[in-house]
Amino acid sequence: MKRIYFDNNATTPIHPEVFDAMLPYLKDEFGNPSSIHWAGRNTRKVIDEAREKVARLLNCDVGEIIFTSCGSEGDNLAIKGLVESKRDKGNHIITTKVEHPAVLTTCKYLAKTGFDVTFLDVDNQGMLDLDQLKKAITPKTILITIMFANNETGVIFPIEEIGRIAKEHNITFHTDAVQGVGKVPIDVKKLNIDLLTLSGHKLYAPKGVGAIYVKRGVRLVPLIHGGHQERNRRGGTENTAGIVALGKACEIAHRDMEQEIKHLTALRDRLEKGLMGKIPHARLNGHPKNRIPNTANISFEFAEGESILLNLDMKGIAASSGSACTSGTLEPSHVLVAMGVSMEASHSSVRFSLGRGNTVEDVDYVLEVLPPIVEKMRSMSPLYSAATGGAANISFTESGSCSH
Amino acid sequence: MKTVNSLQSFTNKPKRVVVAMSGGVDSSVAAALLREQGYDVIGISMQLWDYTEGERDRFGSCCSLDDLYDARRVADKLNIPFYVVNFEEAFSKAVVDYFVDGYLKGETPNPCLKCNQILKFEVLLKRALELDADFLATGHYSRVKYDEKRKRYLLLRGKDASKDQSYFLFTMTQKQLSKIIFPLGDLTKIDVRRLAQKYGLNVAEKKDSQEICFAPEDYPSFIAKYAGNRADNGSSYKLEPAGEIVDLNGNILGAHKGLYKYTIGQRKGLGVTRGEPLYVLKIDAKNNQLVVGPEDDLFSKGLIAKEAHWIGIPFPDSPLDVIARIRYRHKGIEAKVAPLDDNRVEVRFERPEKSVTPGQAVVFYKGDEVIGGGWIEK
Repeated sequence: MKRIYFDNNATTPIHPEVFDAMLPYLKDEFGNPSSIHWAGRNTRKVIDEAREKVARLLNCDVGEIIFTSCGSEGDNLAIKGLVESKRDKGNHIITTKVEHPAVLTTCKYLAKTGFDVTFLDVDNQGMLDLDQLKKAITPKTILITIMFANNETGVIFPIEEIGRIAKEHNITFHTDAVQGVGKVPIDVKKLNIDLLTLSGHKLYAPKGVGAIYVKRGVRLVPLIHGGHQERNRRGGTENTAGIVALGKACEIAHRDMEQEIKHLTALRDRLEKGLMGKIPHARLNGHPKNRIPNTANISFEFAEGESILLNLDMKGIAASSGSACTSGTLEPSHVLVAMGVSMEASHSSVRFSLGRGNTVEDVDYVLEVLPPIVEKMRSMSPLYSAATGGAANISFTESGSCSH
Repeated sequence: MKTVNSLQSFTNKPKRVVVAMSGGVDSSVAAALLREQGYDVIGISMQLWDYTEGERDRFGSCCSLDDLYDARRVADKLNIPFYVVNFEEAFSKAVVDYFVDGYLKGETPNPCLKCNQILKFEVLLKRALELDADFLATGHYSRVKYDEKRKRYLLLRGKDASKDQSYFLFTMTQKQLSKIIFPLGDLTKIDVRRLAQKYGLNVAEKKDSQEICFAPEDYPSFIAKYAGNRADNGSSYKLEPAGEIVDLNGNILGAHKGLYKYTIGQRKGLGVTRGEPLYVLKIDAKNNQLVVGPEDDLFSKGLIAKEAHWIGIPFPDSPLDVIARIRYRHKGIEAKVAPLDDNRVEVRFERPEKSVTPGQAVVFYKGDEVIGGGWIEK
């Protein structure tokens, strides 16, 4: 069976160059980077080099990068570490309703421990209203944490403007850029970003490594107390192989970005146009322009998204809806709900997130396989025949049962 | 049981069957048997209840992570595809709301029956058909047979009388029965455990689930919490405060702590005494009263059931002689069933029967066959 991977926002395969680069540090080069002797010396050197590569991708200084174990740790460290260090200045946090759970759940946790959190709305294209953001700011606001690009829809927020607003009000600005780094150029200086989270396995490095950018002068209380690693901001012996891999992945992203953007945009557009053309009542979720180049989130009304995914899986196509969760279940998407997408459209959404290995043939295979799947499921849906027979506005909620 | 030989006689492609896998020994063995018989088996676990941390309070565990883990490990062992599907919303509407509302209106609901009726045989069956499955299989101890003469699918008791679950299946329609396989219908629980050993399934020794899956330890506090949580949503049934305990003549004997905490026939924990032991006879939600009395008054000559459903026959034209079971573990009593208006039936017992409980199902049998059933109204 063919195997086509269209779930790169969940995780990416390891780039072969990345794999080669990290391999020595899983074999012969085992030294503890904090050691003074020959075994530690070389691992210290390659960690420094990796840090330089990450810094180059983001246009920051090497001293502004802290390595972490994953994106979630990065978000936790940036948010909790910042608000704790500024607790005497205020207790108000601004975020959005469409953040990744690593930010959303952290903010909800903080809300239980004495912080006030404002969750901003988005419009029906998943975009943010900057006036709403300005209005939410109070003298007690200490942190604005807003994601760079949404993992489900790919929508990119106006980060530069948000950074400017935060700066004007002297508020720290954190962005979870896990879905942005490596896919589009990000210049933390130009965008006025104070804290930024990235994750290795979303840009062709392995799982188990990530990083945050911490602008010089921004104080963070560590989450993990321990040794003096990462300038006392993150204890724990360094994951040398992972860090080397992340460095290499950032170097490659920097090198290949222009051509990857072209490649992914072309494939993504071909996929979208093809599906919209072949499948009636297919609808794009999210802003059509302001998006990272690899993500397409489409609703196929009157067909159950979960069923579509299982059917695609049986044809060897990996896609997803919403974010993957530990048990392998599919949660109703909080992102689409926040965008005001109707119940039935949200339950019928599928996210295709493309990656560097995908080809035109992959896209064409999906274009061949998916339309009959949707058609089959619609033929089993009484609501579809009712709707196409003229009663256009039928929805699951109105009919009294959410039959998914 | 349908066999692969007859199914495959016209085509080389094996028939596809979705097995509802709970992570327990029964559904695991069901999957293993079907796999051995040559079906194209897909395992599906339903996630029915939000057990994760979050804003919602954690009431208990249904299809807990442990059960999902067990189901997934069995699927891995059998080398079959396995999916977890999220039916939390449908479950909360069709089962949990029904359960809580039932208690709040003075009944004793049967959530397992409702879960079969809606979640397994409507929602999950639909999902299975969407996956091009020919059949849905579950680990119920029950049998389905097609009767050529009557041109109907029949629902029969499981061969293991001590495990028979046909009571929980009386709502099944002809269409549903035509799509269902119960691989354990001819087996005993002992057989099933032995098979689990044979197939090397890690759930062979796992103990049977007993309690209500979403309210494991203590259902009254679950109801209080759940009803309280949704009080703002304008739900039609509200949690009533404590009220009076009365006898059949209306004499006040004491105070009850909220009607949902009691069931018909209950003796312990009433906190009232009179020369003789007292039992709950009636839960009168309208007047928020608990009616108690001596054991003799627990017996009734019959009952009225609503939403009658028929399996072995299209509809009874005249009174039927049946064995009626009025709760799951009930051994059954001879009775006459007569149709009334509005899809109701009147059931007259051969001799008075104890503790008829509104909200439970009454299921009618002839021999091993489930003729039909209904929901006890009074």
